[in-house]
Amino acid sequence: MTPTITTSTTTESSTTPASPQTATAATLPAASLTSEKMIVFQDVSKFYGEILGVNRVNLQIAPGITSLVGPNGSGKTTLMNLMCGLLKPTSGRVSVLGTSPDEPEAMFQKLGYCSQFDSFPRGATAREFIEFYLRVHGYTKRETAELTDAALERVSLTDAADRKVSAFSKGMRQRVRLAQSIAHNPSVLVLDEPLNGLDPMARAETIRLFRQLADAGMYLVISSHILHEVDMMSDSVVLIHNGYVVAEGEVRGVRDEIEEHPIQILIRCDRPQTLAARLFEHEHTVEARIHDDRQGLFVKTRRPDDFYLLLNRVITEQNLQIESVAPADDDLNAVYQYLITSDGGQA
Amino acid sequence: MSSTSEIREQSVAANVNSVNVNTRPAASWSLRTRQALAVMRLEIKKNFLSRRAFLLYLIAGLPLVLLSLLALFPPPTDELGTFGEMSMVYAAIYGGLILRTLIFFGCAWVFMNLFRGEVVDRSLHYYFLAPVRREVLVVGKYLSGLLATIVLFSITTVGSMFIYYFWLFPSESARFFFDGAGTSQMLAYLGVTILACIGYGAVFLLVGLFFRNPIIPAGLLYGWEWINFLLPPFLKKISVIHYLHSLVPVPMSEGPFAVLVEPTPAWISVPSLLLFTGVVLFLASRHIRRMEISYAGD
Repeated sequence: MTPTITTSTTTESSTTPASPQTATAATLPAASLTSEKMIVFQDVSKFYGEILGVNRVNLQIAPGITSLVGPNGSGKTTLMNLMCGLLKPTSGRVSVLGTSPDEPEAMFQKLGYCSQFDSFPRGATAREFIEFYLRVHGYTKRETAELTDAALERVSLTDAADRKVSAFSKGMRQRVRLAQSIAHNPSVLVLDEPLNGLDPMARAETIRLFRQLADAGMYLVISSHILHEVDMMSDSVVLIHNGYVVAEGEVRGVRDEIEEHPIQILIRCDRPQTLAARLFEHEHTVEARIHDDRQGLFVKTRRPDDFYLLLNRVITEQNLQIESVAPADDDLNAVYQYLITSDGGQA
Repeated sequence: MSSTSEIREQSVAANVNSVNVNTRPAASWSLRTRQALAVMRLEIKKNFLSRRAFLLYLIAGLPLVLLSLLALFPPPTDELGTFGEMSMVYAAIYGGLILRTLIFFGCAWVFMNLFRGEVVDRSLHYYFLAPVRREVLVVGKYLSGLLATIVLFSITTVGSMFIYYFWLFPSESARFFFDGAGTSQMLAYLGVTILACIGYGAVFLLVGLFFRNPIIPAGLLYGWEWINFLLPPFLKKISVIHYLHSLVPVPMSEGPFAVLVEPTPAWISVPSLLLFTGVVLFLASRHIRRMEISYAGD
């Protein structure tokens, strides 16, 4: 088995071009596919004036779910917009299943894009919104009606199809956009933060839908910053930081990194010093730091499950008054910091 | 682990062979026509029913309201003049108010918003993500703007003429329109209105594409069109109003300071305007092909 994750770190300024990326296709399926069957970024850079969007990105994306992950402003949306032709690369070449984004007639039969822009034609119902743009594709009225019904059913919006989108919740609007992007049955689906605003049930349903689409052979490129979602749904991940691809590969590699990465937990309680003293007796406690207001304790541990068992025991023994226990850095930024810094991010 | 990978690899390979099943007919002129019509349908709805349409209705309706007020509260008979002078007065109303101001700003509003408005509303990407050549998009949007402005300003032109003539001199007007030159004058004004929408529409489509804030260039163009009578013959020809002016049925005096030139004959004016429009649409299409969407900057 090939290494599941490769990383290339850089300390270059975000406003200056850096040395070429060394990241290569890391997933096995990618290696066996031609560029006609892949989404290919070949030495792609994008600058907004002097500001770097992404720099010298080389990627080959195979079928399945590929998550682009990175903090805000890291270049995820730029990469997606380059893939869809909404942005033109300053240098390099993008091709989607052998088609250039400069050929919209061929390209957008294959590709659907669910953007994060929450905009809809004024007064349109969900059905009208999807139909409007399917007609622009050139479908006949009958084809349009059939495709619209199928798309609405896929995102469980059949009952709300004839209601105005402006009256929808954020989550429902997100699903309408998703329906619009999959209505023409594309092979490639690009989704910019598609789970934002969805309630837990809709989130689970949507992830299930993504999984079904991926299992049917589709290419799903998804940006997300919710770590456990990326972990749950992705086949491979591309980590982006300051416009550079710092790591790519199968999701398992990132999962391993996450498991090795100490998790920070904030415990709000009445006697943090007492708690800190007891928790340090546990071998997996890496660090304990009292909160500035002296009403809480930050604890870093490598074994959160064991830690929570220990915490329960200490609370009972010491009769502590606990206000809350919550992960303090259980998000991607923490893992990023871990991966992109020299001490944590070795290949 | 490796067996799982192998299974997945085989599954992916099988699935890859099954993708690309979305086989639409190859792009053809009939498909492009259908797409342009779909764009037009969508845009016409926006042009007539969106919030932005309200200002267009106000602009187009202004002369009808003003002339209705004039008909309801007519000036004293000695100030009204004779029926024979009415054609001259209407020519001044049409040339000064309807053509140079209302059609100008109405077209500015509609055509500058065709793309700029979509950027402001953050909805242009829906079009750019459809399998449509961007040239088709330009044509569809331009024709929809044209339809909206032609319909509204034709109503303005015909309506204002009828209100102006019939409410003040009903019997003379009936003779003027049914037995005299009234109908041919009305058709000529209508033709000028349509050509004005075509010409100004093209200009403002381009302005809306190239300027983030098109108000200033629109103001400068307005000034340029108004001082056209002062310009030397060569510069006069770099304007829309010069070609329209030579087509109005009742020539209008441009005042004592006007630089007089031979009016351009209709067989040159009309093709020139159409050629100009074609060139502008070509330039707009080229620009749109390279256009990027970066809503954050707008």
